[in-house]
Amino acid sequence: MSALEVRNLHVTYFSHGGVSSSAIVDVSFEISPGEILGVLGESGSGKSTLAASLLCLLPRNGKIRQGSILFEGRDILQASHRELESIRGRRIALINQEPSAALHPTMRAGNQVSEVLIAHGYLNKKTRRERVHQVLAAVFPSEAERISDSYPHQLSGGQRQRVLIAQAIACAPSLIVADEPTASLDPSTQREILSVFQSLRQKLGLAIILITHNPLLLAGLADRVLVLYAGRVAEIGPTENVLSSPQHPYTRDLLRCLPPIPYATDEISRKTKLPVISGVSPNPASLAEGCRFEPRCTDRFEACGKREPAAVSLSEGHTVSCFKFGG
Amino acid sequence: MQQLIHVEHLVKHYSGRNVLGSGEVVSALNDISLSVAPGKTLALVGESGSGKSTLALCLAALERPTSGRIWFGRSDIVAVDEKQLRAVRPQIQLVFQDPSRSLNPRFTVLEILTEPLVVQRKCGKRETLDRAFTLVERVGLSPEMANRRSGELSGGQKQRLAIARALALAPKLLILDEALSALDCSVQAQIANLLMELQSSFALTYIFITHDLAMAAHLGDEVAVLDRGRVVEQGVPEKVLRAPEHESTRRLVAALPESIVTPRSPRVF
Repeated sequence: MSALEVRNLHVTYFSHGGVSSSAIVDVSFEISPGEILGVLGESGSGKSTLAASLLCLLPRNGKIRQGSILFEGRDILQASHRELESIRGRRIALINQEPSAALHPTMRAGNQVSEVLIAHGYLNKKTRRERVHQVLAAVFPSEAERISDSYPHQLSGGQRQRVLIAQAIACAPSLIVADEPTASLDPSTQREILSVFQSLRQKLGLAIILITHNPLLLAGLADRVLVLYAGRVAEIGPTENVLSSPQHPYTRDLLRCLPPIPYATDEISRKTKLPVISGVSPNPASLAEGCRFEPRCTDRFEACGKREPAAVSLSEGHTVSCFKFGG
Repeated sequence: MQQLIHVEHLVKHYSGRNVLGSGEVVSALNDISLSVAPGKTLALVGESGSGKSTLALCLAALERPTSGRIWFGRSDIVAVDEKQLRAVRPQIQLVFQDPSRSLNPRFTVLEILTEPLVVQRKCGKRETLDRAFTLVERVGLSPEMANRRSGELSGGQKQRLAIARALALAPKLLILDEALSALDCSVQAQIANLLMELQSSFALTYIFITHDLAMAAHLGDEVAVLDRGRVVEQGVPEKVLRAPEHESTRRLVAALPESIVTPRSPRVF
């Protein structure tokens, strides 16, 4: 059974002028326990909207128009306010981008983890203290005590992000949604944090949705990758397939933009022009007919401008929305 | 060959004083020596807290070093007074990581580009406007954007604007402090290409500060690795990345992902 199943999700934002823009269109995916699903998308692709929808945390002008989000046998979109309170933070935890903004500056790290437990009804002080120690020890194997007594300003960026992870796992959720959890960290620290996610999914069987704009983070970590372009799923499949032999023209062009990793290439391509994707991401408020990538696509043909392509399954679990494959 | 900028034994201490007046001295830069030849790019890499940004501020004469010399052309910008610095400042410009924070969102593109020219009293009104429009085009923005406020631009467009502003006074040295880090991958490639283009047409010298090793190797003629305020390794990118000698460099190289195969050539269907 899957940990989470999203079916035909549509999210629309309404602005003051009555203009509506569809941020998420017909997104479907599922994730199994112990699996890491990478969601890859650039600014404006709808990746943070997707994260917020999974916990029904959209801003007031954002509406889920259609679809279902099945979690532990029930549809989150039908859940009452009360039920949602007991799911958020307890069964599904959200980790946000900026760890310094998510922590209280004048509270010790241990107390901040404890606060999550209080909010979810762990009333016995002793059990709480034990649990705080337990989760901090899971992310700081050697210095849990010291970290517990520290204030956020005494911690490095990577340590703060670990405290957030400790908060996230405090109530033993079955799913973690991490929205750009390593964006503000340097590469060595990024790797450390990612390996924390790796070990959590192994030890606790957590399902993790890792949202990022950087394909390199997902290599060697995610089991599957979902590529989001302008609110639609361009491609979804096993990480090796999507990153090593991308089929959707957008995924392919996006990966080509990356500077070559120098130790992996034989020829030095220093100071040569990098391939780019021409044009800019479309504005979701004024979309033309047809495939959303069509205006920037180098492989486009007549059919592309007429309607949006349907998802086509290429191999086991690898699906692409592009007319090149039928659509 | 004459170097454009030449740093000798640069040291920068910050005194971390608390309310009682006691505290320890934090040494951000420890005996840094490096130089960059005109028209070349030095990529500075290092982990958080290694002193990259402090070095950038010292080189741009925005922070006074504790000791050492920074030769820019014929003058030592550590020794000269504020009045003489005024002549040097236009020649060294900075581009920061987050253009949303380094550009005033209420200013229009034109206002942002003409401001440095007005402040430095470079030229008359007519010529100031002409120069601004030239810059707009040079960095790949369309002239219709000239009257838009910077807050209305996308991330990539804002960074183009920040680069245009840095170029307004025809500098010799551009210090790019994580100038690509906040951008999407596809936009990063566009801005990287723009930087390379501008370098060859204006013979610009770059100090490119980043923690993206792959980008450092692509843009840099040389890579210098900073660790706790020291340059621990310096050389051509191939050497530094393929045969790293220092522990800190090895850590950075190890953080590069191993398993992705970047498709360089189009697949044939």
